[in-house]
Amino acid sequence: MTAPTVDRVMADQRAASFRTRSIKTTTKRTLLRLALAMVDLTTLEGKDSPGKVRALCAKAVRPMPDDQRVLGERLPPVAAVCVYPTLVPVAREAIDRLQDDLPRERRVRVASVATGFPSGQYPLDVRLRDVREAVAAGADEIDMVINRGAFLAGHSDEVGDEIRRVVDACGEAHLKVILETGELETYDNIRQASDLAISCIREGDFIKTSTGKVSPAATMGVTLVMLESIRDAHLRDSRVIGMKPAGGIRDAKTALHYLVMVGETLGRSWLTPARFRFGASSLVNDLLRQIVRQEVGVYPASYDFAEA
Amino acid sequence: MSRLSVAKTYKLFIAGAFSRTESGRSLKIDAPDGPVHLCRASRKDLRNAVEAARKAQPSWADANAFLRSQIFYRLAEMMEGKRDELIASIRCESEPPSRDEACREVEASIDRVVHYAGWCDKYPQVVGCANPVSGPYHNFTIPEPVGVVALVCPDARPLLGLVSLLAPAICTGNAVVTLASERNGVPACVLAEAAATSDLPAGVLNILTGLHEELLPHLAPHREVGAITALNPTPQYTRTLREGVAENLKRVTIFDADPMSPDAQGPEWISATVDHKTLWHPSAT
Repeated sequence: MTAPTVDRVMADQRAASFRTRSIKTTTKRTLLRLALAMVDLTTLEGKDSPGKVRALCAKAVRPMPDDQRVLGERLPPVAAVCVYPTLVPVAREAIDRLQDDLPRERRVRVASVATGFPSGQYPLDVRLRDVREAVAAGADEIDMVINRGAFLAGHSDEVGDEIRRVVDACGEAHLKVILETGELETYDNIRQASDLAISCIREGDFIKTSTGKVSPAATMGVTLVMLESIRDAHLRDSRVIGMKPAGGIRDAKTALHYLVMVGETLGRSWLTPARFRFGASSLVNDLLRQIVRQEVGVYPASYDFAEA
Repeated sequence: MSRLSVAKTYKLFIAGAFSRTESGRSLKIDAPDGPVHLCRASRKDLRNAVEAARKAQPSWADANAFLRSQIFYRLAEMMEGKRDELIASIRCESEPPSRDEACREVEASIDRVVHYAGWCDKYPQVVGCANPVSGPYHNFTIPEPVGVVALVCPDARPLLGLVSLLAPAICTGNAVVTLASERNGVPACVLAEAAATSDLPAGVLNILTGLHEELLPHLAPHREVGAITALNPTPQYTRTLREGVAENLKRVTIFDADPMSPDAQGPEWISATVDHKTLWHPSAT
């Protein structure tokens, strides 16, 4: 399998150029709300408890409970909550309870990391069982990690086979393939891994930058390389693959830069939660701060919003 | 051949870094020795300064009081070393005060820093108290820093006015965002250089030069700011401040005082930027 090589300097320069767009007034207003609707609100810590996950679900469904009073409008819910497999039943129950007035496909989606997240260094049957149990527990989306060890050792076929096995195990659930770009060393590897993952997954599935456990996580350069891989697949055989940068996107300004990059690389049709997501947690409150600042004219304090 | 001297460009002081204003605008002061240029800070610089102060404040408040007082002494030492530059900076005005007058202001400023160095670890004992209550409880009231404090400095006495507001606010563990004197912001910029080398953690002191008229309407209602102190503001600025805080009821203290007088220091100045917390504790009887 041959992937095009990537010129790191040019890719970084191109990615940096998206930071220079001036986004004001109505555009900013629209994009802040779009970014909010694209967030996969995430908690992936050893200390996650059912209570924490329930609080996260409440935040996901209603990011700002007093939005009607303060802004005079109802803000959109986020796209999904993203949790560890053992907490999927809790998240499922909480989302279903909070949104029982909506059909399931319109509710906030429950995403689960799986396949031995974050390292993926477990036997394949354990990883597949991880996926099947998360789906059985009610996950709408599965975030898998690829076998970086095998990839860096040059065993691309093995990595591809494993991804296909996970796709089968997912059934109806959507899949996001985490490349963990911080461990892939070069842009060439990232491009190759993206092409490989895209060739193994279904339409509507995603590729994702990072677990958030490795630094550097999502950067604009890395995301651009992956977006170009998606674009080339789309131009080649009209397939639609989604993208999810995760980790390190904390402020609204950066989120808007990412949206510019997506829009200018893949076109406006990708500016929807079905095709683009942010894996983040603290981003939501910064988006809310900017929205309030824009509507009310006063800078809110960080403690004005509930922690997610 | 005569040497071409290097003129200093004064910058803002945000999060421990000397950064240019995001807006790229500047202010010009026509001093007798030639024009001086300063940054004209924008609303976004203000926002960044408040964020920096918010981030720095908790660890500054956690630092023990003795350490804070040592850092104050260090700041006084650094100001002493920059004495000549501070004197020259005070005289960066179209109608500058005499050198002797400027010298007295610098000395009073350094003394004031030392004054508050002493208060750092004494204020809680002097203001805090054990309250008599009926029942088997100890009951204590202790002062705590409010968090982020904004300071609005006067035109007259550009250095001493700043120090008179700054020192009482940060000695208890607040972080501050300062709007330097509008007429002459240069002493504030020189003070920032002294602060940057005095072990004051980055972000505890942030200094903006610019037009108060532009910045106050955004500063006063900013919900991250816990209190505002101003020294001898114009009636118009007082009004802007009071209107801005009406929505969130943060504390505004307007000091009306001659900074050179010894009355312009002391525990009342510290009280403007602390909250009092009362604790009940079961007594072991």
